[in-house]
Amino acid sequence: MKPPPFDYHAPTSIEQALAVLAEVGAHGKVLAGGQSLIPLLNMRLAAPDHLVDINRVAGLDAVEAEPGGVRVGALARHAAVERSAAVRSAQPLIGQALRLVAHPVIRNRGTVVGSLVHADPSAELPAVLALLGGSVRLARVDTERDVAAEDFFVGPLESATEPGELAVSAFFPALGRRTGTAFVEVARRHGDFAMAGVAALVGLDDEGAVMSARVACISVGPAPVVVDVSAQAPDWKAAARAVQDRIEPEGDIHATADYRRHLTGVLAERALTQAAADA
Amino acid sequence: MTTKLFGEPIPRREDERLVLGQGRYLDDLGRQAVAAAFVRSPHAHARIRDIDVSRALDVEGLIAIYTWEDLPGLVAEPLPLLIPHPALTHGRTAYPLAKEIVRHVGEPIVMVVATDRYVAEDVCGLIDVDYEFLKPVVGLEEAAQGVHLVHEDVPGNLGAHLVQEVPARDGRSVAEALESAPHVLEFRLDIERSASMPLEGRGVYARWDADDRSLRVYSSTQTSTSVRMALAAKLGLPLPQVEVIAPDVGGGFGVKIVHPWPEEILVPWAAITLGREVKWAEDRREHFISSAHERGQVQHIKVGFDEQGRVLALDVDILHDHGAYTPYGIIVPIITATQLLGPYKIGAYRVVFSSIYTNTVQVTPYRGAGRPQGVFAMERTMDRIAAHLGLDRTDVRAANFIGPDEFPYDQGLIFQDGRPLIYDSGDYPESLRMLKELIGWDDFPAMKQAAAEEGRRIGIGVGCYVEGTGVGPYEGGHVQITSDGRVHVSTGLTSQGQGHETVFAQIAATELGVPFEKVSVVTGDTRRFGYAVGTFASRAAVMSGNAIALACRRVREKALKIAADALEADPRDLEITDGVVHVVGAPAAGIPLATVAVLSNPLRYAFDEEAQRATQFAGTADPDKAPLEDEPGLEGKDYYSPIRSTFASGMHAAIVETDPDTAEIRILRYAVVHDCGRLINPMIVEGQIHGGVAQGVGGALYEKMAYDEHGQLLNASFMDFLMPYVTEVPHIETAHLETPSPLNPLGIKGAGEAGVIPVSSVIAGAIEDAEGIPIMRMPISPSDLYDLRRATD
Repeated sequence: MKPPPFDYHAPTSIEQALAVLAEVGAHGKVLAGGQSLIPLLNMRLAAPDHLVDINRVAGLDAVEAEPGGVRVGALARHAAVERSAAVRSAQPLIGQALRLVAHPVIRNRGTVVGSLVHADPSAELPAVLALLGGSVRLARVDTERDVAAEDFFVGPLESATEPGELAVSAFFPALGRRTGTAFVEVARRHGDFAMAGVAALVGLDDEGAVMSARVACISVGPAPVVVDVSAQAPDWKAAARAVQDRIEPEGDIHATADYRRHLTGVLAERALTQAAADA
Repeated sequence: MTTKLFGEPIPRREDERLVLGQGRYLDDLGRQAVAAAFVRSPHAHARIRDIDVSRALDVEGLIAIYTWEDLPGLVAEPLPLLIPHPALTHGRTAYPLAKEIVRHVGEPIVMVVATDRYVAEDVCGLIDVDYEFLKPVVGLEEAAQGVHLVHEDVPGNLGAHLVQEVPARDGRSVAEALESAPHVLEFRLDIERSASMPLEGRGVYARWDADDRSLRVYSSTQTSTSVRMALAAKLGLPLPQVEVIAPDVGGGFGVKIVHPWPEEILVPWAAITLGREVKWAEDRREHFISSAHERGQVQHIKVGFDEQGRVLALDVDILHDHGAYTPYGIIVPIITATQLLGPYKIGAYRVVFSSIYTNTVQVTPYRGAGRPQGVFAMERTMDRIAAHLGLDRTDVRAANFIGPDEFPYDQGLIFQDGRPLIYDSGDYPESLRMLKELIGWDDFPAMKQAAAEEGRRIGIGVGCYVEGTGVGPYEGGHVQITSDGRVHVSTGLTSQGQGHETVFAQIAATELGVPFEKVSVVTGDTRRFGYAVGTFASRAAVMSGNAIALACRRVREKALKIAADALEADPRDLEITDGVVHVVGAPAAGIPLATVAVLSNPLRYAFDEEAQRATQFAGTADPDKAPLEDEPGLEGKDYYSPIRSTFASGMHAAIVETDPDTAEIRILRYAVVHDCGRLINPMIVEGQIHGGVAQGVGGALYEKMAYDEHGQLLNASFMDFLMPYVTEVPHIETAHLETPSPLNPLGIKGAGEAGVIPVSSVIAGAIEDAEGIPIMRMPISPSDLYDLRRATD
């Protein structure tokens, strides 16, 4: 459990970081919080020739309110985002999700953007970004682009980030008027990757009737599965059945595919009920 | 200040060191040593055609590469079969490095020594082993059919087959008693694999002194004395030239009693061969695939009983999975077969086990050591009987209890120490009464009803066990009081965090009448004590505790004799308080043990002022007597060797809640009544119970070894092998009952394994109560419970 040899780069500015990434291309991996990458290296499941450690790059840890939402920098740790007043007021779903991410010691080190780029279909934050319709800003030497969540999560552990690119920030849209959110999940142990989990977003009109309802499901497909259940609202049981029809769970040593489908239905109903009550 | 410390909840003196990160574990030692790493088989069953190291030879930092062909003499021989047994007709052990065939994923094939572990692992990655694949034998029942063989010369994959039968008191056999029983039930139970999984893996660090021709080995072991003897034998070294030390050890739970591990021989051998210090520290993946597992059994049970639920006949057939090799013999299934009976006197008993080879990691004792399986069989049986008769589950148990006036009680079987299974003492009805009160057994039906009205499902479970502890053959203790008044205690068995430094000091301080702070304890260091068996089978307190007490009594006797001469008193009139020997009732006129220590060693040379008292012109000695009547020094050594094991017991109960929708299982309450005889330190006993219950919760709800049909372990990491966190372990309510053992001077019984033993049976009973679905297989996950619900719908 020792990593294979690699060249280590520790740029101190974003320009340096992008220059190194341009140079090493597909042979490089970015190290931010390291909560997934370091175990992969130690188990020799990943063997990049170059490790580009961005922890010394200035200015990447910002968490800032922007018009219409909140922008989270590449070095913002889960714990900092969890505590951020800007995040709390702009989008409560982020905090609801972060409480379910692993354990405090991991959240002290792990980064929000790192979790998005890692694109684990069992992770909470990709589901949040997908549900909210957020985006990730990818920079390379002399240029940058914003990729919408729906295009960003390509497959299991695969994002739209290309060699030479650095995910510098992510944008989470703010909560709309009379909108409620919830995130519920069931994990084998506290802090484990969930066997199933559902984030819900429910918007009401001025009369209190449901205008829109959507969920994002984790651990039941190659990427977060977003389902619009506005048509079924406010019959959340029917909504749950619609969600169950859309997901593609697979069985593993912790849970069968059937159980995950069942569980996702239960959690979808719970999440939608909570989000509607919260709106 | 009192010196009566036995029985007091003294805080563990090792904790400050261990909690502050100042422990000295194996990998903290030998920072200058070069590192070993191993190429391990990625296949469960294969013939090695060729090992090609050519790609690895140019790596900078490579020191040596060894395969089986490089090993000399006894080092190349198979590892010892530690505990032979007549029923183990086909015992097999591995070679230190694989010779021709590998029989499980993780078996070591090549040892690499390099300047550091990083380089050593790089080299391992460049060594090409060419395999011819053989059919992997995975799954207990498939293996038992013997279509494909793990060892070519072991037909049916059957390592051992043992039948034990105890007829009923009226002489009837199990078959006869079953025939005439008013009720008979027959069912099957399954228990999954788990593992000791200490947070510190195994590890070895060896130093060879070429000038002195002596070897010092540090090993993260549960038995340094036996590792030492094995090493001297394997390496052909004179025993006095070998010393083995167990430093701080980060948990053992059984896996580190197995010895010598391949690495325990190979690393010292490499150190001698290379003339360099060599170290190997096991990593977590290695621990999963190269150490040992336990638990896996399939049990077929047939039970006959009367209207009160009294068991008239019990017939148990056990398939035991012992993995690819049997270095520890068949101790685990023997314990299952014998300890299954628990606190009960049943009619006729017949137990058969078949110990089966599979292409998986070997099975050796893990805390509980076969008892959790036996208790699962017996306690599930009690619950099935109660369900069948519509009786309260505790009443059925009570109807079968051995009475408090029936001790010693002979179960008619041979225990794991080769001695008769005779319970020495206990009070099972009182334990059950205490447990029912603690958990609120009689109030539970109302509580369950109230919960049901809120749409909640809760259930209660109960489980009883008897645990043979303190197995022989012996342990020893050495106690020396030096002229500075310090008391040095040593014993040969090892410590893995149990709190030996504290409890042995409590015993010594109490026996000698000295302040606790004056006593220091050393364990597991063959330089200090060469004879020992090891730490396992809940035996340390019973064995070394009593040995140390006996050694202290020798020292005390000697101190009183010397002090009596100096005080011109009768030794029978003397006592020791706070380290001062004085006439009873006159503490002011005594002499300190430090002075007694000086007087115990007649001197020619005064090395300090205090020592002048013992020199030849000091005028303290009787000129008509030889200066030395006894041995010099205020020290004593003694051994404790019990006639047989002493039997602790306990009963657990739990209340669980199951989610009607998600099938999540939550333990709401967990209660333990525990009887380990006289308590040396109640706080440490409770800590042992807490740790044991935590591991039991793991075995009941979380842990399994997920082998696929190719013999690949799919969850060989802490991400997928789910040990419970503190968030999964409930608050544990504990009550103690103390029925002293009549077998040893201190009246104590072991407590190390107790907590883990009945947990699976208790949780299964509670879930069954909540769900109304028979729970016949453990562990159980929410996904499993969901499947059970659907199968029952």
